[in-house]
Amino acid sequence: MELLDIKNLQIEFPSRRGTVVAVKGVNLTVRPGEVLGVVGESGAGKSTIGNAVIGLLDPPGEMSGGEVFLKGEKINDLSSEEKRKIRGRRIGMIFQDPLTSLDPLQTIEQQLVETIELHLRLGKKKSQERAVDLLRQVGIDDPEIRIKNYPHQFSGGMRQRVVIALALCAEPEVIIADEPTTALDVSIQAQILELMRKLCREKQVGMLIITHDMGVIADITDRVAVMYQGNLVEEGTTQKILGDPDHPYTKSLISAVPRADVRLRRFPMVDYIEKEEDRKVLLDISTHWLGQGRDFGKIEGPLISVKDLVMTFVTKQAFLKKNRQSFNAVDSVSFDIKQGEVFGIVGESGSGKSTIARLIAGLYKPASGSVFFGETDLTKVGSEREMDVFRKQMQMIFQDPFSSLNGRMRVMDIVAEPIRFHKLASSNREVETIVTDLLEHVGLGRQAAVRFPHEFSGGQRQRISIARALATRPRFLICDEPTSALDVSIQAQILNLLKDLQEELGLTMLFISHDLPVIRQMCDRVGVMKKGKLVEVAETEALFTDPQASYTQELLSLMPKLDFLSHEGLDVEAS
Amino acid sequence: MQSVIVMFTVGLIAFSMFRFVGDPINNMVGQDTSEQERIELRERLGLNDPFLVQFGRFSLNAVQGDFGLSYKYRVPVSEMIAERMPATLELAFVAAILSLAIGIPLGVYTALKRHSFLSKLIMTTSLIGVSLPTFLTGIMLILFFGVVLRWLPTFGRGDVIELGSWSTGFLTASGLKSLILPSITLALFQLTLIMRLVRAEMLEVLRTDFVKFAKARGLPNRLVNFKHALKNTLVPVITITGLQLGSLIAFAIITESVFQWPGMGLLFIQAIADVDIPIMAAYLVLIAFFFVMINMIVDILYYAVDPRLRADNE
Repeated sequence: MELLDIKNLQIEFPSRRGTVVAVKGVNLTVRPGEVLGVVGESGAGKSTIGNAVIGLLDPPGEMSGGEVFLKGEKINDLSSEEKRKIRGRRIGMIFQDPLTSLDPLQTIEQQLVETIELHLRLGKKKSQERAVDLLRQVGIDDPEIRIKNYPHQFSGGMRQRVVIALALCAEPEVIIADEPTTALDVSIQAQILELMRKLCREKQVGMLIITHDMGVIADITDRVAVMYQGNLVEEGTTQKILGDPDHPYTKSLISAVPRADVRLRRFPMVDYIEKEEDRKVLLDISTHWLGQGRDFGKIEGPLISVKDLVMTFVTKQAFLKKNRQSFNAVDSVSFDIKQGEVFGIVGESGSGKSTIARLIAGLYKPASGSVFFGETDLTKVGSEREMDVFRKQMQMIFQDPFSSLNGRMRVMDIVAEPIRFHKLASSNREVETIVTDLLEHVGLGRQAAVRFPHEFSGGQRQRISIARALATRPRFLICDEPTSALDVSIQAQILNLLKDLQEELGLTMLFISHDLPVIRQMCDRVGVMKKGKLVEVAETEALFTDPQASYTQELLSLMPKLDFLSHEGLDVEAS
Repeated sequence: MQSVIVMFTVGLIAFSMFRFVGDPINNMVGQDTSEQERIELRERLGLNDPFLVQFGRFSLNAVQGDFGLSYKYRVPVSEMIAERMPATLELAFVAAILSLAIGIPLGVYTALKRHSFLSKLIMTTSLIGVSLPTFLTGIMLILFFGVVLRWLPTFGRGDVIELGSWSTGFLTASGLKSLILPSITLALFQLTLIMRLVRAEMLEVLRTDFVKFAKARGLPNRLVNFKHALKNTLVPVITITGLQLGSLIAFAIITESVFQWPGMGLLFIQAIADVDIPIMAAYLVLIAFFFVMINMIVDILYYAVDPRLRADNE
């Protein structure tokens, strides 16, 4: 018998401008011991399903049709008090961000015991023992001591374990996990997924896991349901959906997943995903504005050369120097970036990747070491005016497209600002022509110029960032996690755009990412970082086929296995 | 460290009043005093010494609680202030309790039942509370309860009882009755402010993930709202409340003059009228001292409430 049975679920969000149907007639079932994945891009209605099942839809959302059964018992029309009794007791829930899921002012113990007492009424002593036992089960060392700690004393991965312990503490029959590992590093993601899988098997719990990440789906699920704009487009075993999808949307979604096993020339664009203005004609660099004024000083050898770079952050302030505590975010790192190459840096959060990008761009001053741009040591450039010459040749694209654009400026002014600052155009009209041209070039169209950033989606905003970066006609582009805030299909578009631009303009790029498959698709050579140190630098192909450092091997082994992904319609680059 | 600097600066400002605001001698002596006597007096009071010497003397005395003699009454300022302080402190204390005891529950209520008719009514009323100036509410209250209904006294402290050097109005019926109108007047603004602050913070906290997760664990609303949400709401509320309590003491002036409340504020107003600089200086320094002390207490409270701050210093 099905454990959780969702029949013909319909969820609506009434608003002043008419009702938005977030979920349209979805049917799903979860059996004991089974992991069902719900996958889709943002706005597909995945999370709404989870919230509707436990009766916690955010108002004004409402379930306008369908039924939810838990072990054959209809639960969607229970009173709110009865629904509350089911939550935590029979259906456990795990949310995306472990950093904010726990009450910061209460110890882990208070929160665990409170929940256990509420559902199981064991008495204080027994509840405490159970709490300790649960923490041990989810793999927290010294649970007797750690249980007295507050949430901020745990790392992200550890906190997610506590969250899992909280979700499990009344032995629920079903667990709904909403993007449980999205906020975590790969190595921690692998551990958490394994833990969840194990608990599911051992306790015969049914799990509904909601995610946008194909890697997670491939790793943990038995069956997958694919959502697109509120509809369930396809459902089947994980093998079938990933390896041999039927529905065109699933096909396009899977083709857009960056993979680690082969390198593609370009991501295929299937019409099903948001229309991309495919720019089939490459620019004629010799006549185009972007191609002019590229007579940079000739540079022999590598374009960027980083030598023994050290960056120190003070972690504890003190009046006296000897009492201060600090750590090296970047610890004597050296590497070269050749002209025209894409150099990747990969590592987990806190490894110092972004710090390196900022050091090269001159946003931080290094504690010691030097950054050579051609022959010039950028750390020794004294005046701002001299530095501007290099800033013009060097541009950066940031991770978060929502906060890296000034919300009060029109797109025209955002893109025009660097042109005006560096006086690259003689008249205002010329600036405007260049900006509209750039916007068209990154696939936004000229109408975009008069609008404000908030009118655009994440992917479109990242295109604006790219247009702005190109506006100074740079020769060197630093991309700091440019796609990690985006959906896979949008990511594929942005990566395609970057690849095209790199090819057309012969740009040199520093590409930073935590995502190994993305690195494989984009980079010629890769450096692997761990705790501020560069542990390995190698050609991309060599790194993926024959990693040298043990840390690289570990990272590669933790990567979700996507080998059986469908290869249909891929444009594989011959190596 | 910072508190010392603040106190020093305020002391400096207070002291410079002696030098730059009027000539004290003119205020101390009659019109028929000869020029000779004026010079003698100036010499005797040390007003001809260099600035730094005078300031040094002033600070040294001030630290010991000695602010000199009132120009007008010829009594030590410290005595005058000590005599008036209980009145102001009692008034501020009652007003603070009122604004916290009513403001926090109202804030929580309006946050939880955002769309109920009562919350909307409270919010509208509070807008009036914020926008009415203190003296107006004071006069309206006097008119209504004092003149029309004749329920409550409209001025003074009523009968007080001396407890050592502290005179309290808490122990007599007329003292308590006299407290009601001025404390409501003083509390009204703070009350609405605290209420609106608690409401805004609470709404913010109710949107956070941990509240949602607490609900998903099946905790009843009562626990979610009061154990988890309210406690997190209070962290920022403490800061603002602390600052506001300081201003309750400082800005009791208006209320005190409306109700002829014999507190420090009234003393200060009279001192301004008389250009009685020692009193003004002492009042300034004292108020600064209260602010500094309250801020220190707020910092300590912060520490007690928020474990994240404790961990940083371990």
